[in-house]
Amino acid sequence: MELYRSHVLICGGTGCTSSGSKSIEEAFNEALAKHNLTKEVKLVRTGCFGLCEAGPIVIVYPEGAFYSRITVEDVARITEEHLLKGRIVTDLLFKEAVAEDQIRSINEVDFYKKQQRVALRNCGVIDPEDITEYIAFDGYKALAKALTEMTREEVIETIKKSGLRGRGGGGFPTGLKWEFTYKAQGDQKYVACNADEGDPGAFMDRSVLEGDPHAVIEAMAIAGYAVGANQGYVYVRAEYPIAVHRLQIAIDQAREYGLLGKNIFGTGFDFDLEIRLGAGAFVCGEETALLNSIEGKRGMPRPRPPFPAVKGLWEKPTLLNNVETYANVPQIILNGAEWFASIGTEKSKGTKVFALGGKINNTGLLEIPMGTTLREVIFEIGGGIPNGKQFKAVQTGGPSGGCIPAEYLDTPIDYDNLIALGSMMGSGGMIVMDEDNCMVDIARFFLDFTVDESCGKCPPCRIGTKRMLELLDKITEGKGEAGDIEKLERLAENIKSSSLCGLGQTAPNPVLSTLRYFRHEYEAHVNEKRCPAGVCQGLLSYFITDACKGCTLCTKACPVNAISGEKKGLHVIDREKCVKCGACLDKCPFKAIIKK
Amino acid sequence: MKSIEELAKIREEALKKVDIRHDREGTRIVVGMATCGISAGARPVLMALVEEVKKRNLQDVIVSQTGCIGVCRLEPIVEVYSPGQEKVTYVEMTAEKAKRIVAEHIVNGKVVDEYTIGTAK
Repeated sequence: MELYRSHVLICGGTGCTSSGSKSIEEAFNEALAKHNLTKEVKLVRTGCFGLCEAGPIVIVYPEGAFYSRITVEDVARITEEHLLKGRIVTDLLFKEAVAEDQIRSINEVDFYKKQQRVALRNCGVIDPEDITEYIAFDGYKALAKALTEMTREEVIETIKKSGLRGRGGGGFPTGLKWEFTYKAQGDQKYVACNADEGDPGAFMDRSVLEGDPHAVIEAMAIAGYAVGANQGYVYVRAEYPIAVHRLQIAIDQAREYGLLGKNIFGTGFDFDLEIRLGAGAFVCGEETALLNSIEGKRGMPRPRPPFPAVKGLWEKPTLLNNVETYANVPQIILNGAEWFASIGTEKSKGTKVFALGGKINNTGLLEIPMGTTLREVIFEIGGGIPNGKQFKAVQTGGPSGGCIPAEYLDTPIDYDNLIALGSMMGSGGMIVMDEDNCMVDIARFFLDFTVDESCGKCPPCRIGTKRMLELLDKITEGKGEAGDIEKLERLAENIKSSSLCGLGQTAPNPVLSTLRYFRHEYEAHVNEKRCPAGVCQGLLSYFITDACKGCTLCTKACPVNAISGEKKGLHVIDREKCVKCGACLDKCPFKAIIKK
Repeated sequence: MKSIEELAKIREEALKKVDIRHDREGTRIVVGMATCGISAGARPVLMALVEEVKKRNLQDVIVSQTGCIGVCRLEPIVEVYSPGQEKVTYVEMTAEKAKRIVAEHIVNGKVVDEYTIGTAK
């Protein structure tokens, strides 16, 4: 076996890949070859480290030096200084990792300090394309334990006792789902994995598949053993090419090592997996639509019951769990139900992965114990709001969720608390908004998304959400009338109670929750024809104040020649001609142009 | 995969490949790897240390590198930092000497006096 004195871990998640980690890897390859270090230093492409904001990220062991925002030009310096001469290149380290000249371990950085990684434990630690690295970190030990030491009933009992709930959004107790499928009658059963992650801004499942695909494979094999299935399907969207690629490599390697296939661990248990690619329709994340899509039919939901546990794929009992749910399973089997149940709150056990985005300093992926407060996530782990702006609300649960305002920042995050606040856990997207965000506009954005993604099967969702969007368009364009808000509320309640599937039943949530906490913003739009955050173009006008020095820059910037005025004299905007593009405001060096 | 023993064997092999990626509390062996160190032959010393530590399966030991320690005429220099103990500086190292340091100092806790900076001329 080759020995390496240093390991250079390069993030190969989608985030860092799009910010150039691939060319950094190539540059390292060249630099190492040039300095004759290829036999001493090992390059490892890993999954997501979570701190996407600071990407591309490179970590060098054994020192654990955490380099952030690395460019191809930096590679030569890291190679010559750190790898060749052992001098850590301090100015390239993640800013928080340098404190009083002491280089702290990455685990002490604020972003990681409060995190607890269960589902993400291997992401950014192992090479996802090498099964032996997964095995080194206790991989497939849980499968071995389940197959050789536990009965099928014991496996189900362990999952039930752990308190694990579905991480895809609904929060249904996972153990119960397993039990229903186990008890269902059928000559053939299936297990399936929902990797059709569609919430805007959410990328938890993608990161697990990219960083630790074997965890999902192992968990699905355990689930197959428990419920009595020998075939599994992973439904993943084609828009996740890196995840699909690594998952396929992982499946092939697992087959090669006999961890998938016939007679696993000599116990007579057979199990195999296949990938099914989705075309990226949001509705296919709904379980019955997903099953239809796997079967090759049009991805549309059907009424439940019968639930998939009774009649799923090809009318056979089918267990369907989400990627993150599966990623927890091997750890629960290995460490026991009590261990898992000791993390989290009374009714929400374990940890949850969140994709943090929007107006936040540390955009990225994090995993926290349930019960951590929103404030801790946003202001400690997330590093707060950029540019000294005021926090306004946080959106959780994507297009099915809602906005939570500042007064509830100290709420501990769990399934039930978020529902009580009119939002939901969802799959774990978390979008932070500051004073510059208009809540009516946010609601409009999410509704626009659901209108686009509605499959059209049931009228409440197909027609109702469209009507709601029209009302919101009207309000944000400044044409709102008295009674519009009440109409929105009535429509929302009707759509919620009469839609066929989860997509329609939750589609009005962004509107309802913003109405609940920010009704005054809706009223300002309708009654005063004013957008308090200054976002809705239709309600804004641009003015030039006395601070104008007559530099004429704005007249040159204006695309419609709406600004006139003498050189060195006060300029004016013709509001009839103005198209409210904002170009003049960006150009003015004296901050003389305002919008209100 | 036919048995758990087979999995355990793969795991043991694979662990050696990845255990560099843990945080450790224990002893740090640092090799001076500035231009002076490298030209005096620090690289084979470093690799000998890495190999020896790995061979003896010393879990809590980090082999790392640093810049110029300052006494260029005595390079290659190796320093050993053990928790709660004075730092020990070894000078004019070779791969052979390095192996002896791992065996006597790191494993048995006995400083190899004849290689330390105090005895250098």
